[in-house]
Amino acid sequence: MSIQVRNIHKRFGSFIALDDVSLDFPTGELVALLGPSGCGKTTLLRVIAGLESADAGQVLLDGDDASGTHVRDRQVGFVFQHYALFRHMSVFDNVAFGLRMKPRGQRPTEKQIAGKVHALLDLVQLDWLADRFPAQLSGGQRQRIALARALAVEPRVLLLDEPFGALDAKVRKELRRWLRKLHDELHVTSIFVTHDQEEALEVADRVVLMNQGAVEQIGTPEEVYRRPATPFVYGFLGAVNLFHGRVDGEGLRVGDARLPQQARGFGEGAEVLAFARPHELDIVPDAGAGEGIAARVSRVLAFGITARVELDGLNGAQGQHFEVEITRERVDRLGLAEGQAVRLLPSHLSLFESRQAATTAGAAR
Amino acid sequence: MSAAPQHEARAGEALLAGDGVAAVLRLRGDWTLAHHAALRRQADALRGRIDAATRVELAELGTLDTAGARLLHGLLGGERVAALLADEGALSRERRALLKAVADAIEGREERPAADEGYALGDVLAHIGHTMLVFWRHVSALTGFIGLILETALRVSVQPRRWRVTALVANLERTGLDAVPIIALLTFLVGAVVAFLGATVLQNFGASIFTVDLVAYSFLREFGVLLTAIIVAGRTASSFTAQIGSMRANEEIDAIRVLGLDPVELLVLPRVYALLVALPILTFVAMIAGIVGGMLVSAMTLDISPVLFLSRIEDNVGLIHFWVGMAKAPIFAFLIAVIGCLEGFRVQGSAQSVGEHTTSAVVQSIFVVIVVDAIAALFCMEMGW
Repeated sequence: MSIQVRNIHKRFGSFIALDDVSLDFPTGELVALLGPSGCGKTTLLRVIAGLESADAGQVLLDGDDASGTHVRDRQVGFVFQHYALFRHMSVFDNVAFGLRMKPRGQRPTEKQIAGKVHALLDLVQLDWLADRFPAQLSGGQRQRIALARALAVEPRVLLLDEPFGALDAKVRKELRRWLRKLHDELHVTSIFVTHDQEEALEVADRVVLMNQGAVEQIGTPEEVYRRPATPFVYGFLGAVNLFHGRVDGEGLRVGDARLPQQARGFGEGAEVLAFARPHELDIVPDAGAGEGIAARVSRVLAFGITARVELDGLNGAQGQHFEVEITRERVDRLGLAEGQAVRLLPSHLSLFESRQAATTAGAAR
Repeated sequence: MSAAPQHEARAGEALLAGDGVAAVLRLRGDWTLAHHAALRRQADALRGRIDAATRVELAELGTLDTAGARLLHGLLGGERVAALLADEGALSRERRALLKAVADAIEGREERPAADEGYALGDVLAHIGHTMLVFWRHVSALTGFIGLILETALRVSVQPRRWRVTALVANLERTGLDAVPIIALLTFLVGAVVAFLGATVLQNFGASIFTVDLVAYSFLREFGVLLTAIIVAGRTASSFTAQIGSMRANEEIDAIRVLGLDPVELLVLPRVYALLVALPILTFVAMIAGIVGGMLVSAMTLDISPVLFLSRIEDNVGLIHFWVGMAKAPIFAFLIAVIGCLEGFRVQGSAQSVGEHTTSAVVQSIFVVIVVDAIAALFCMEMGW
């Protein structure tokens, strides 16, 4: 089932949770709603489910306006962050609950219910826990039972609200992979909310980035990571170094330093924000040359394949911290030591006009 | 904003003479908006060359305005300006005031406007208004919830297969059967106390026998149902709120709704029905226990034998008083159950919220029970029941 959201507005008192959000969720896709806490992503999910009503706007399920439809008629499966399993029921009863509570006309026989529940428990690989109670399960197992319960009523849409938020890192990673596999088997239109960018990029077909009640960017994980549309997206996805600069002739001026990158599409003297990923910065010894941003090495962390160097800005970039990823050979060759003054040269910079509402973006090479 | 006596107009200058320790910065002429551009160039050129050892001479300074003071602050830095301000000889009082205001503004130290003190009567009125609004919202939420329950109850009542008998029986046990001992004991004690009081006071008039009427009247009409309702409000309203509230905090209510079920039908109706059945039965138990308590005291201190006690009740106290007491029980039961459940649904996420709403449920239901009882007493008196 496809979902469309049209011009949804929602406020809580004076707090604007959703500000004119319009989105399309095509059939069979797994879409991640990604954003920091309080950006409205969970509210949007609850509006789609019908647990929350929007102040204005429409939710279209398969093209039909569902704004007036009760949550029980929307046929959605919802997985909650804190599992929300019924504590006084066994795992089996939890999964069977939705089926047993159907009106008698639509209710399957007890035998059919048992068959279905066991099939679902097989799917989440927890059939051996059918007689246990939720309190006897681990967090990861509980969340899988919650997913089985949501799938039991054969939802047309599966909505997951930070499903792995309360789990530890290792289990989270495991369940992520498992969820992706499950989705490839079932092909149910799914939306899942997360604030973990790694999770979103790894699992989803498409990622919707939200900030302060508005959509910042929509795209495949690769698109949003490689070509962030706004400074917010750039800062939110992955580690990043930020420079405040001004367009100056052919190059860019950052504090006292000049960078050779050309800023096309910006007027002379325009204030810009320049972003560079850690691997897009190179370290050169400070020869007093005017090019590159002066910085002092504060820490060298060389335990992976690449080395991570943390630096503090000098002169114009005082008080800023930079993170650079370079090969270990390069670290050895430069003979970097803590406290050493060096210069940073970006190989690639993404530029954004630094006015608040500006959306113009360009890349400099 | 100029703070200098009349002076012949002259462009401001900043001259740096000498070097190192001997360096002297001489400020001359008018440091005003009119010469801003020129002054800023000079200041930019000098920036970085002025250090703590540089002496500053201001003797030839002409007019100074806000723009000039700002430049001066930028050129000398906050610490030097502070030193200048401390040195009374260097600048006139007005200039120091101007410079200080500018320095404070730049360094973000300007005085915040004092918060409005308001006036007492206004505050009281605002508080009353706010409280009334909250109360009004509360009442409309409660009546709305009652409407929702009645609607659901009507809808479900015609479909017997949707009756949740198991939940009803479980709730009946918890709210009814489990409460019998405490209610019987407490009303027994209160009955004994009422009889003692009656015996003490009525003896003076030689009317001890009326102790029987006192105990019977009070327990049949008021104490039986009122004490029961108050105990049940403390016991059951709080447990309804805690049960539903913790399910809400745990998102279980949302889970029920998403599974296509109605939380009112599933959670509220069995509780309301259970209390509607349990409270009249408990009230009956309370009446009996209270009268037994009074009877025991009468037998021991007044030599009124139980047989006499009971026959006096039979002769003098009409059945109507029993019905007046019993009729109130379902009303109280409904109100207590509704308030307990509604508060449960109002819980927001945290365990603290569960606690707050539990307290609120108990306070509200006891309040409502006593108010309704008072109204009912007036009504029955006027009706002559």
